[in-house]
Amino acid sequence: MPPFLYLFLGALAIVSALGVVIQRNPIHSLLALISTLMIIAILFIGEDAVVVGFLQIIVYAGAIMVLFLFVIWLLNLQAESGPTGHIVLKIFGSLAASALAAELFVFLGAPHFKVKMYREPPGYGSLESLAGKLFTDYLVAFEVTSVLLLAAVVGAVALARRIPDAAGEGSSDPRAASAIRAAESSPRVQG
Amino acid sequence: MSLPPVTVDLIAGAIKAVLMILIGLNLAIFLLYFERKGSALIQDRIGSNRATITGIGKRLGMPNLGIINTLIADPVKLFTKEDFVPDGADKFLHTLAPFLALFPVMITFVIIPFGDTISIAGHKFDLQATNLNAGALYLLATLGLGVYGVALAGWASNNRWALLGGIRATAQMISYELAMGLAIVSVIMTFGTLNLQEIVRGQGGVWFGFLPRWGIFTQPLAFIIFLVAGVAESKRVPFDLPESESELILGYFTEYSGGKQAVFMLTDLAEQALVAMLLTTFFLGGWQVPWLMRDGFHLPGGAFLAVPAIAVSLLGIVAFLVKVLALCIFLGMVRWTLPRFRYDQLMRLGWKGLVPLGLFNLLVTAFVVVATGSVQ
Repeated sequence: MPPFLYLFLGALAIVSALGVVIQRNPIHSLLALISTLMIIAILFIGEDAVVVGFLQIIVYAGAIMVLFLFVIWLLNLQAESGPTGHIVLKIFGSLAASALAAELFVFLGAPHFKVKMYREPPGYGSLESLAGKLFTDYLVAFEVTSVLLLAAVVGAVALARRIPDAAGEGSSDPRAASAIRAAESSPRVQG
Repeated sequence: MSLPPVTVDLIAGAIKAVLMILIGLNLAIFLLYFERKGSALIQDRIGSNRATITGIGKRLGMPNLGIINTLIADPVKLFTKEDFVPDGADKFLHTLAPFLALFPVMITFVIIPFGDTISIAGHKFDLQATNLNAGALYLLATLGLGVYGVALAGWASNNRWALLGGIRATAQMISYELAMGLAIVSVIMTFGTLNLQEIVRGQGGVWFGFLPRWGIFTQPLAFIIFLVAGVAESKRVPFDLPESESELILGYFTEYSGGKQAVFMLTDLAEQALVAMLLTTFFLGGWQVPWLMRDGFHLPGGAFLAVPAIAVSLLGIVAFLVKVLALCIFLGMVRWTLPRFRYDQLMRLGWKGLVPLGLFNLLVTAFVVVATGSVQ
């Protein structure tokens, strides 16, 4: 990737990342976040890390951001109309932000910190090399992670399961059962 | 011509990308025409037969085929209408959403291979706008982005029906993307590559002397899953719950008028064209003509018919277009034949029908691939 393109995309990524924080409307923030993720994915692809780039788009921009969208809808978040947050929060927030900025400034400006250019051989980010590593060197970690994800899926299914008896018997949580009963007895709005 | 090869590739790439997107959009227009006149044919109606330019066809005694209706009258009407944004709507997102919906479909057209490598004046051209090694990943990435346009259109309209339509569309597209992804993975495993051009190349040749090695014969189950999921992805009948007129007025684009609504319609139709192209690429041998090798036809029974190289390439392009057009017509006929699903039926079909079927197919494919050792 030519340097000017890299710098341009980097600047674009920073601008859209700022958009995430500055936008008052949560949906606009979400869009800015999607665009940030997309630009970072393009940077990955430009640096030959093709699989990582596409997986970033598929998983983050394509799936997790949709989840964010649903959460925003579910919580019915509205655009912030005025200043928010307690004054104490603001003071500590500003302090933390300036401390981070100072830290970055000191360490990145330090003489022992050098920007190194790494040139990987072409094709190091291809699916073949990634899969080769994943299914040989890191096979155990990969399989263990998949078991963890399976456990999470089973947990989600158990939580989302409809309680079979709406009357409350046989249900572990009477509040949930009564909520379901109330929902079922109310006239259903036809979509 | 003494341009450096890089420049030639760049120019050729740009031309091919524009060409491919134009083919896609023109197929969408064809589908729109089919929507008008083909549906009339199916339902034993006459269909659009009013719009005419100065009545010249009538004076010459020609039947009105409704072409002017689709090509001129409809677009002119749509793009000269008032562009209405409802009160309280998010104006920025309301304007952005249609283009956010169309954009992922348009950029997906560029990875479809529409012909074999062709050499003109010493330059070799791949008849594919961009020959990505990770083509299938690109496909999954762009398909995943199609959700935002409809979801945000529903939300930004400040209308409950639109929001319901947007939520339905999002849930439906995510659900069927999974089944579609499983079908694609089965195909990838069969051919051992993510490159769409290589997948098409892998479908050359014949079995038993007559049966083309097309994906539909190696992966019949994946073909059916992909077909169903593809129709669901393009939100067409019988999966048009996001816009079901009898329940949601027009679903997520209820509050759209004029040009922006036209963009949404175009998106749905272009998506249908895209599904036809992908089905062709993965399952119907792409640009492969049955029994046509690089040197000519090897007909079953041992007959041989020599064909010049350039004609082989052109026949490939024609074969690709014919297959895509046939599938487009098939998808259009599906649209006018089946009634709409109920929402719970849609979800049950997706999650309890197609996804387990896709997983089963994946498992069988994996066993067969390992057992026959067809992957290095």
